[in-house]
Formats: sequence, structure tokens, C-alpha cells
Amino acid sequence: MDQQLSYLGVPLTRPKVAFFDFTSCEGCQLQILNNEATLLDFLNLVEIVNFREGMSEKSDNYDIAFIEGSISRPDEIKRLEAIRHNAKIVVALGSCACFGGVNQLKNRFNDLNWVKKEVYGDFPIETIEVHPLEKYVQVDLKIYGCPIKKEEVEKIVTNLVVGKSITSPEYPVCMECKANENICLFELGEPCLGPVTRAGCDAWCTNNRRGCWGCRGPADVANVRQLEEIMHKYGFSNETMLDRLECFGGFASLTKEIKKTKKPAAKRKK
Amino acid sequence: MKLSCDVNVKHLTRVEGHGNIQIKIQDGRVKQANWEVVETPRFFEAMLVGKHWENAPYICGRICGICSIGHTLASIRAVENAFNIIPSTQTAKLRLLLKHMETLQSHILHLYFLAAPDFLGTGSVLPLAKSNPEEVQRALRLKLLANDACDIIGGRRLHPTRTVVGGFTMLPEKKQLDQIRRRLNACVPDLLAAAELFKTFTIPDFSRETEFVSLKADENYPFIGGSLISTDGVIKKEADYRQMTNEYCKKGFTSKLSKLSRKSFAVGALARLNNNFAFLHPTAQNISTELGLTPVNHNPYMCNVAQLVECVHIVFDSLSLIEDLLNSPWQEERQPVKAIKGKGVGAVEVPRGILYHYYEFDGKGKIVAADCVIPTSQNHANIHHDIQALAKQYAESGTKDQNIELLAEMLVRAYDPCISCSVH
Repeated sequence: MDQQLSYLGVPLTRPKVAFFDFTSCEGCQLQILNNEATLLDFLNLVEIVNFREGMSEKSDNYDIAFIEGSISRPDEIKRLEAIRHNAKIVVALGSCACFGGVNQLKNRFNDLNWVKKEVYGDFPIETIEVHPLEKYVQVDLKIYGCPIKKEEVEKIVTNLVVGKSITSPEYPVCMECKANENICLFELGEPCLGPVTRAGCDAWCTNNRRGCWGCRGPADVANVRQLEEIMHKYGFSNETMLDRLECFGGFASLTKEIKKTKKPAAKRKK
Repeated sequence: MKLSCDVNVKHLTRVEGHGNIQIKIQDGRVKQANWEVVETPRFFEAMLVGKHWENAPYICGRICGICSIGHTLASIRAVENAFNIIPSTQTAKLRLLLKHMETLQSHILHLYFLAAPDFLGTGSVLPLAKSNPEEVQRALRLKLLANDACDIIGGRRLHPTRTVVGGFTMLPEKKQLDQIRRRLNACVPDLLAAAELFKTFTIPDFSRETEFVSLKADENYPFIGGSLISTDGVIKKEADYRQMTNEYCKKGFTSKLSKLSRKSFAVGALARLNNNFAFLHPTAQNISTELGLTPVNHNPYMCNVAQLVECVHIVFDSLSLIEDLLNSPWQEERQPVKAIKGKGVGAVEVPRGILYHYYEFDGKGKIVAADCVIPTSQNHANIHHDIQALAKQYAESGTKDQNIELLAEMLVRAYDPCISCSVH
């Protein structure tokens, strides 16, 4: 594992890599371990110095920090700032880190006291409004998805190590889905955010006949008004569309606009 | 010489999520011995309120990155129970097969990547890739097989795409199932070799009498739905799960806790095995006996062995499920769903123990209230009491700080806790 790496004859240094997690399911880190077939090759490419879920050794000396999860408690802000201070490159790993992920769904009530009481009754546990990493620190690179796609991560990390440029597709999932020759899910009676969501997942859900819920956030050219028309044409309500648009937080600014005319989320009376 | 030690493990490694261990012993007397959970909660039960039923399995699968399939299936079962939907035999078998493959990949991940390094004296699996390459390759092969099967049946190994209320959005091709069957057959020697490896491990000598809770076997070693049982003789219906879990909050602890007949109880592979040993596949039973595990076993470190025994059972049970599926005509099916006002519970044995999802719906199918009771939150109090007993045992017999720290860490790891899950 310690042999000298080279790319096109140019020797490469293995960057020191650390993994960290905040408010999340830790599934994105697990996706890295889920790469059985190529895991050992991947480990050869980088030097992992910090990965609490997988190893006991720890170090604060790292080049790249991969950070999973969103920020939902004050102590997390401090920990995040310390990581930013140590790392040359901060990578937001997955929807929670990029947009807040499903965790930000609790923000829609605009009432954290109710949220705490609903779950913990008379034992309130500290929480703040959920935000993505970039609300607090500079993020150098975002890897989208809930979960992240391991092939995409490996490609990005390889490019990072060999110094190639990294770009995300600007077009929507719909393009990839069409290229895969799937029957349009709207035709099968299933609502889908494929027309507005950033591609790069190779239409992971829609290939499996599951409508897209927008985990990768909006494509650069997202036309949400057009999506509204398609949804209505196929008989889906604004609520069905909003359930999907607000699920991961990537469309937050757009859902705010659509919701402006609507009441805040209904809570349950205790 | 009387033992004095001060163990302070902040953010224990090789477990899912954030937990701390504190043990303070002075002159052979335990001053403090705690398991502490500091993970940030996500408030899933609140998130769901006001959402349409179809959101529940999609959002709740994301409670956990390791057992997302289990959460999705428990959530689907709760919704189906509320709406009086009974899954077809084909759907039930495919779901169980999917569940088995998740359990297999999760157990292998835990046994080899999280637990084994302690027994082999390393900090992670990375040095083992050099020193024990065959063992690591074997583990990767088993995990890859299980994960590939999850992709084929559930559409994706993590946060599955095809699993929906009423059935599946898409079915695997039969030839894909046949390939899984062949790979499962081929992996039997790998599992037997794993059993041989485990025979060489020294399981710490510690036990504390514990109540074990799991699903109750009817005809098969149970994984999805049915009655609930404890080794202290409590039996309840699935719908009455709250009488089994009795959740309570504790100040400063971000996970809820549970109790039943005693001050704590345990769930997980060891609990399942203790309650339903007779229903295991004969080969699994033999391996269990060879490894010194017969019911009722009160050594929490044996949870590792129980997981290995379950892997063997799961492989044989999956082979027979695939046999049945391949011999029946394929029906493309997704039952129509009609939402009604009501309540539903879904109890599913996920890798770390019994998991419950509960929802209450209004007449339009919107969620009025939700409750998810996680295996690890049911285990937290038991882990805490185990650590206290462990500290007491070693305070009296005497050992080094490092030993007690390692033993405490191994104890927590044996439960394979999923702490993020427990503070969902």
C-alpha cells in the first residue's frame, strides 16, 4: 500500500484525509466503506488519518476534510470552525452538509419549542435551526446526494488527488433519465423532480421507477415554474410538489417563494 | 493492590454516532461508571407531523445510514397496518430477503471492521488488510454480495428506492436472483472460515443477568412483525409495543431510554437468539453451540458471536426464500393504497434489535403523530448498567487502566450501537 503513486509519470503525494460527521445518519461515510470492490484501491490513493466510524487512531494533521451532516447545535459550530482551521480543503459530503438535508424539515414549523416538546416532552434537548455547513464556514467543494453516489465520490477524489478540475453537471436528472431510456414517471402516474434537480446521479431513483425527490438540489438551469405546470398537467397538487421540493433543503429559496402565499406548517395541538 | 483508575473516552471510535465512557475507580471502589450519549438529535417524529403518508417511509429510512432498509420496512409496515393493507406472499418474501441482506452486510461490517480489530489488537481494519489479507478479502466478499443483493431487490443498498407502501416499484429479474443464489451458495465456506476465526478470539469473561426482548417466533426465526417476547416471560402484541418499551427521558441524555421488568433490558442478535434459538437453521445452531453460545446467555460480548450465528442462519434462509421465489410466477405488483383514519405499528428486527415505527393518520392520510423506538435507545440503559457491573468486577479483581478502558470499549462495541439512530 505504500508504493509511490504517479499519474502520467508525475509522482503524486497521498493527501491526508479526515472524515467528520455532524447531525446526520452517517450514511454518506458508510457509502465510502460500502465500496467493497474498489475500497482498497481508494485507500491506496489517500492516507486516512481520521475516521471515527472506522478507526481508533486520530490526528488533527490533514489536508482534506470530508464533512457529513448539517449543523443543529452550538457546539457543532465550534467543532466545524476548528476543522475549517485545520483543513486546506473542506468538502461538504451529502445533502445534509450541502443543504441541511431532511433535518431542516423541522425548520418549517418556525417554532423550536414545539419541536422539542413534540419529541422530548418535558425534557427539552438543545437544538437550533438546522443549517448547511456554508452558513458558518467556507466550503470548497460540494458532493451532492442523499446518499452520495460512491462512484461519483471516487471520481471526485481521484481528480482532487491528481489535480484535475472538478465540475458537477449543470443539467437536470431528466437528461440522464432520458438517456437511460426510462419511461417518464409522470406517464406512470408518479410525481418527479427530475426536470429541475441537478444531474450526476445517473438518474439513480428514476431508473428504479421511483420519482426524484430532489436530494441533489436545483440544476443550474432549473425552471421550477415549468415544473409546477407539469405537476398540474398530470394532476398532482402543489402540496405533493412541495413535499418533494422541501425534503432536502436544496430548493429552500424556491419553496419559500412558492409558500409565500401559504400558511406556515400546521402543528399538532398538545 | 487496590485498583485506582480514571477512564475517560470521549467520542468512542468504531461505533456509529457519538458516545462517551467514563469510569473512575479509587482504591478498588467504583466512584463513577457511565455510558453517556451526546449525539445531536434530529427530531424526526416532529418533522413528520402534517406530512402526507407517502413521506413517512421515504423520510424515516433516512433515520439511519446502516439500517435504512430496516427503517423503511418498519415504516411501510406501520402505514400498511394503519390502512389495513396486507402484503402479498411475494412482497413479504422479497421484503424478508432484502431485510436478510441488510442484516448480513451490517453484521459483517460490525464483526470485521468495528469489532475484530479489538480481538486482533489493532486500531482499525486497515493494518489487518496487510497482516490478515485473506480475512479482509473474505469480509469484503460477503459484504459486497449482501450489498449487491440489496441493490438488486431494493434498488439501492442505502436509502432504498424500490420499497413502497403496497409492494415494490420494480421487481428484480429472476436471473439476478439466481446469481445471488449462486453467490450465497459460494459464500458458505467464507462464513465457516469466519466461525473458525472467531473460535480463536478470547471473549471476555463477564456476565450480568439481563432481560432480553425480541420478536417471538411463530414458525420461523422472526424478523418482520408478530408478537413481542422477553426472557422474563412478558408477551405482548405488536400493537401494544409501548408496554414493552416504556420509554423515558433522562436529563442530559439526548437519547430516550427503556425498561421493562427490570431497570433495563437488551435487544439485538443476542436477544433474538436467546428467545428463538430453536428456530435457527440447524447449521447455525451447531456453530452457535461450538462457539459456546446457547440460550439464555448473559454475556453481552457474546452479541458478536450471535451476529455471526445469525449470518449463517440468514444465508440458509435466503437460499430457501430465493428457491421459493424462483419457483413461483412473477407478479408485477404494487397494491393500490387507500388512506383511512387510523393508527399503525410496524415492528421489525433490524441488525441491532427490535425497531418500532408508529403513526397516527387523519382521514386524509396526513400524519397526526409519529413515534419511532430504536434498538440502540432500548439498549442504552443496559449498556450503562453493564459498564457499572464491569467496573465493579474489575475494581475488585484488579486490572490496568488500559485493560479496563479496552474492555469497556469492547463492551459498548459488542452492542453494535447506532447512536445517530437512537437520537433520531
